[in-house]
Amino acid sequence: MQTYPGPPPLPSDDKRWKIVEATARRHGREPHALIETLHTVQETFGYLDETALRFVAASLRTPLSRVYGAATFYHFFTLKPKGKHTCVVCTGTACYIKGAPALLAAMEKRHGIKPGETTPDGELSLLTARCLGSCGLAPAVVMDSAVMGKIGPDEMLGRIDKGLGQ
Amino acid sequence: MTIEELRKIAETERAAQAKCPHKVCVCIAAGCLSSGADQVRDALKREVAESGMQSDVLVKGVGCMGLCSAGPLVEVRTEFDNSAQLFAGVTAEEAPELIRGLDTGSVPLKPCPTDVPFFERQQKIVLENSGRIDPERIEDYIAADGYAALVTAITEMTPQEVIDQMVRSGLRGRGGAGYPTGLKWSTVAKTGEQEKYVICNADEGDPGAFMDRAVLESDPHRVLEGMAIAAYAVGAQKGFIYVRAEYPLAVKHLRTAIKQAERLGLLGSNICGTRFSFQADIRLGAGAFVCGEETALIASIEGRRGTPRPRPPYPAEEGLWDCPTLINNVETFANVAPIVRNGAAWFAAIGTEKSKGTKVFALAGRVENTGLIEVPMGITLREIIQEIGGGIPEGKQYKAVQTGGPSGGCIPEQHLDSPVDYESLARIGSIMGSGGMIVMDETSCMVDVAKYFMEFCMSESCGKCVPCRAGTQQMHGLLEKIAAGEATPADLALLEELCELVRGTSLCGLGQSAPNPVVTTLKYFRKEYEDHIAGKPCPTCHTAPRCDTGAHEEVVR
Repeated sequence: MQTYPGPPPLPSDDKRWKIVEATARRHGREPHALIETLHTVQETFGYLDETALRFVAASLRTPLSRVYGAATFYHFFTLKPKGKHTCVVCTGTACYIKGAPALLAAMEKRHGIKPGETTPDGELSLLTARCLGSCGLAPAVVMDSAVMGKIGPDEMLGRIDKGLGQ
Repeated sequence: MTIEELRKIAETERAAQAKCPHKVCVCIAAGCLSSGADQVRDALKREVAESGMQSDVLVKGVGCMGLCSAGPLVEVRTEFDNSAQLFAGVTAEEAPELIRGLDTGSVPLKPCPTDVPFFERQQKIVLENSGRIDPERIEDYIAADGYAALVTAITEMTPQEVIDQMVRSGLRGRGGAGYPTGLKWSTVAKTGEQEKYVICNADEGDPGAFMDRAVLESDPHRVLEGMAIAAYAVGAQKGFIYVRAEYPLAVKHLRTAIKQAERLGLLGSNICGTRFSFQADIRLGAGAFVCGEETALIASIEGRRGTPRPRPPYPAEEGLWDCPTLINNVETFANVAPIVRNGAAWFAAIGTEKSKGTKVFALAGRVENTGLIEVPMGITLREIIQEIGGGIPEGKQYKAVQTGGPSGGCIPEQHLDSPVDYESLARIGSIMGSGGMIVMDETSCMVDVAKYFMEFCMSESCGKCVPCRAGTQQMHGLLEKIAAGEATPADLALLEELCELVRGTSLCGLGQSAPNPVVTTLKYFRKEYEDHIAGKPCPTCHTAPRCDTGAHEEVVR
């Protein structure tokens, strides 16, 4: 009978690793729990770094290449830390037709960041979503989990300033 | 759980609800939530508690009511005269007035008319409970005849009888392709006794589509019931719901629903004391459009990168972990319980000869009433856009309606009287798709729209097969050139050639259908392409030669 090595030690004392470990254990450390476990890492740490990827690979007995492959394949996972605040502009069809490009242009003009980038002070990240499913409210923007619907560039910038505490 | 016990729960719940003369339903689905519906609900509850009217007024959060553009929506139902009033755009400040108005019989807010085509032209099967029941309470679902179909199916029908009903009902897959559901079920059932799986495809990736989201958020038990009936029919014991991580509310409601159903013994081991067991689990997607393709979805559930594989073998024979697997869309499963409950003949009487039942559409874009609608198959596009949708706002001209997302096409004015069914839409170059319907007016440039969808397919291509990976890239480049006014007629010819190639040689549906938006816009709006190439001003933005939506927006404003 094939024997497997025991679970790997937690990378540090950080309590969050225990949450990640719990997800892996709940799925019996089966390789098919990879995406679920990566979700947990991203939820607790905000992004996936090398330590996390190595730890997940070891806990699920999966090659690191497969873990890295999945982490880079899916758009939802990010390997870089996000800013303190995130602003997600929906670029779904309905939002696109109703002015999402103008919102992105306004963000670049005002904060100097393009989709996927973070301001140099680490305060604000700009992301785009394929579709938030709020098409009835197009164009939609999410600032730190608050959805703003039917919004124009000026109003959006104002609300973001408020969110940033400026 | 027996059918008698289920009826008892339903009766108790109905009696408890009937005691309350006024019911105030607040839509707390995603659309209204983002305009502050949760605050409205809390304010209403607070006011009821403060004025001591708990026994007279029941405030509950419900699912999507459809007219998302007018949110937050609040519906007031009065028991004794059986009347209902709908209020749009309610604010938390208006809550006290609304509650006090119930007492005196006159609510000071202006009700939103419900005798308009938006509501009257709809026919609800999938959304029958949406906006009526509290999605987080199983008792509310049971009171609306929920789980009766499941209990009846497993205690009184054989699996074959359930499949026969599906076949006779004529239900076809609502994910877009329209494969007959009964046929799919019987293929899986015929694989004999072995481990099998049921998967609910809730990876709603089409930009501009939010039907599945609304169903899962508003009525999650309906989907679970449909899955359990399917599992009984095909002989599966385990099911997965593959849902997008971008839909946190849908995930939350699903998790609650699974727990509640397990507690009542409607999911789990030996359901209703029979030998049938069914366990449902949630798997989160991670933002890959290609995972809507069934073999890619299976790969993703197995914890791998979501890349498709050639078919056959179809998942019905070799699917999840090489076991026979039934994959249906959320809306397909949502149709199952009503069919079992009301009979196949009832369902088959709705719709057209080849497309039965109703279809849910997410109506969005440049149209007056945006939101979620459910219409019988065979209704015309004109009826949907002009009557239900209320036409184009600001007196602008209709230009095209896009159905089927990046796999679909743009339908011009001349085909607006075409009925909405699988065959008719295919005949005019588009597809039914999962139900996204985006209306465009004269301010939308068709080259730009084609470019938008091609950019989508290009970045969502999984990269496994060359025609899709490289072809979409090349087509996008050509479209950029055309939009920028730098293209020659030879580029247009090359684009058309590539459309054929990518369509014919790609591995999965993503690549095979990626050229559709280009093909249809070329077919119906060829002049716009030629004008861009000839360096004439873009008919939309008049800012030739460079043409992009940013410029369009500025002109429109």
